Amino acid sequence: MIEVQHLSKKYGPFTAVDDVSFRAESGEILGFLGPNGAGKTTTMRIITGYMPATEGKATVAGFDVFDKPIEAKKRTGYLPETPPLYPDMTVREYLRFVAKIKGVTSNVNDRVDAVMKKTWVADMANRHCGKLSKGYKQRVGLAQALIHEPEVLVLDEPTAGLDPKQIIETRQLIRELAGTHTIVLSTHILPEVAQTCQKVVIISKGKVVATDTPDALTERLRGAMTLFVQAQGPSDDIQRALQSISGVVRVNPSENRGDVAGFDVDTEKGADVRREVAAAVVRGGWGLLELRPMRMSLEDIFLSLTTQEAGEQADAATPDAPASVSEVSNA
Amino acid sequence: MRNILAIAQRELNAYFTSPIGYVLIGFFALLFGWFFYVPLAYFEQQSMQAGMNPTQALNINQMLVGPTLMNTTVIMLFLFPLITMRTYAEEKRSGTIELLLTSPITDVQIIIGKFLGAMLLYAAMLAVTTIHIGILFVFGEPEWKPIATGYLGLLMMGGCFLSLGLFISSLTKNQIVAAMATFAVFLMLWVINWIGTFVGPTTQAVLAHLSLTDHFDDFAKGVIDTKHVIYYLSFMAFGLFLTAKSVDSERWRG
Repeated sequence: MIEVQHLSKKYGPFTAVDDVSFRAESGEILGFLGPNGAGKTTTMRIITGYMPATEGKATVAGFDVFDKPIEAKKRTGYLPETPPLYPDMTVREYLRFVAKIKGVTSNVNDRVDAVMKKTWVADMANRHCGKLSKGYKQRVGLAQALIHEPEVLVLDEPTAGLDPKQIIETRQLIRELAGTHTIVLSTHILPEVAQTCQKVVIISKGKVVATDTPDALTERLRGAMTLFVQAQGPSDDIQRALQSISGVVRVNPSENRGDVAGFDVDTEKGADVRREVAAAVVRGGWGLLELRPMRMSLEDIFLSLTTQEAGEQADAATPDAPASVSEVSNA
Repeated sequence: MRNILAIAQRELNAYFTSPIGYVLIGFFALLFGWFFYVPLAYFEQQSMQAGMNPTQALNINQMLVGPTLMNTTVIMLFLFPLITMRTYAEEKRSGTIELLLTSPITDVQIIIGKFLGAMLLYAAMLAVTTIHIGILFVFGEPEWKPIATGYLGLLMMGGCFLSLGLFISSLTKNQIVAAMATFAVFLMLWVINWIGTFVGPTTQAVLAHLSLTDHFDDFAKGVIDTKHVIYYLSFMAFGLFLTAKSVDSERWRG
C-alpha cells in the first residue's frame, strides 16, 4: 500500500511537486502519467526515500518514508529512470551485491537465480552490465528492484528504450506482479496505462490534474463530443449554418479541397446534434459527404488535461475558446 | 556491519575490475622503489666510509627507513586523489547513487564502507613496500619497532587523505574536478606551515599543527605520541563527518 498526502517539493523558488495526494491499494497498479518535467520522477524519488519532501508525507506499506526510512526501504523496490547498474560488474555479481545491501540474508544465490529467470536475463548472467543492450539493462534494473521481494514496486518508465516485443513482455510481467505487489509506474505512453493500470494519476506542472480509472477518464469526456462534418458547397455558408445550430459551441474549418469543405464541430456536453447537423446541410442544398463523431482518446484527454493552463489563458483572450478544455478543468 | 562490508567489497572489486587498482599499485611500487634505492645507495656509500673510519656508528633506521617512509607521503599526495575521485562522483554520474540511497542502509554505513574499501586498497599498496623493507632484514639488522610505527603513521596519514578525498568527491559529479580539488587541498595542507615566521607566533603554531606531514615525523622516528594519533583520528572522523553532511545536504537539494 502506498499513500501520498499533500506532497510538495521545492527547489529554491521552483516548485517541482505541488500538493500531490494519491493512494494505491495493495495489489493495485497505479499509473503515473504526465509530460516530461511534470514532477513524476521527483514524486517517485520521495516515495523511495531518495530525497525528503518539502511538505507532506508519504507512507509505504504502513511506514513513513521520512520517519522510518530503513523499514520503508526494505519494502520498496525501485527502478529509477536510468537503471542503476555498475558497468564493471557481471549481472550475477551485481544482483548479489544488491541482494546484500537490500537485506536478503538467506539463499542469496537462489533469489538471484529466481529474479534472473523472472526477468529473462539468465542468459546474460555472466556478462558485464556495461556491455548489455538497453533492453537488457532495463530488465536487470527490474530484477534489481525485485530481488528482496518488496511489497511495493516503484518503476520509473519501466518500458523506456525497449523494443515492441520486450515492451509487451515487460507489461505482462508487471501485470503478473500486481497481485502480490503494489505497483506505481510512471510513463508518458498512454496505451501502457490503459493496458496495465487500474488507476491513473495525471500530473502536470507538479499538480495532480485527474485521478481515476482509465475507463472512467475516457467516459468522463465522452459527453463533450466533436463531430467531423464534410460537405460539398461554399465553405462560409456551411460554417454559418452549422454555427447557428443550438448545442454547437464552435465550428473549426479543418480541410478544404475544391468545393469540398470539412469542419470540426465542437458540441456542448451531453448534446447530440448529429440529426440537426445533417438536416442543416441538406436544407442548404449542399451534399453531405461525411458525418462522424470523433472520440476523445486517452491521448486527447491527456493533452487537454496537461495543456489546460494554456487553454485557460486562451479562454481569457478569446471568449469562444474550445469548451472541452474548460469543461475538463472544472471537472 | 554486513552492509558496510558489502559496500567495501564492491569498492575494492571496482578498483580491481578496472585498471585503476593495478595502475595505482604498479606506479606506487615503482616510485617507492626509487625512493628506497636513492637513500640506500647513499647509505651504502656512507657505510663504506664508516668501514674505513670505525668511530662513526651508522643507524639504518635513521638513515634509510625513516627518510624512505617520509618520502612515501609525497607519492600519496599525487596518487591519492586518483583513489578517491571516483568514490562518489562516479556513482552520481552513472545514477547508481540512487540505488544506494534507496536501499535499507544508512548514509554512514555507505560512507564507512567506501572509506574501508579505499583503505584496503591503500593497505595493498603498502603491502608491496614490505618487500623492500624485508630485504633490509636479510642483509642488515634494522630495528623493527620504528618500522612498525612508521607504517602505522603512514596508514593513519593515508586515512586522513582518503577521508578528505571522499568528502571532496561527494561534492561533484565530475571525477576530474574531484581529483584536482583533492590534490589542491592535499598540497595546501602539506605546505601550510611554510608561511613560517611571516605570521605571528600563535598563527604559526596553529598552522604547524594543521600540517599533515609534521605529525608524521615522530612516527618515522619510532615514537607513538598520542597527540599525533588523536590528530589523525579526529582528522579522519571530521572528513567522514563532512562527507555525511554533504551527502545529506545533496538529498535535500535534490
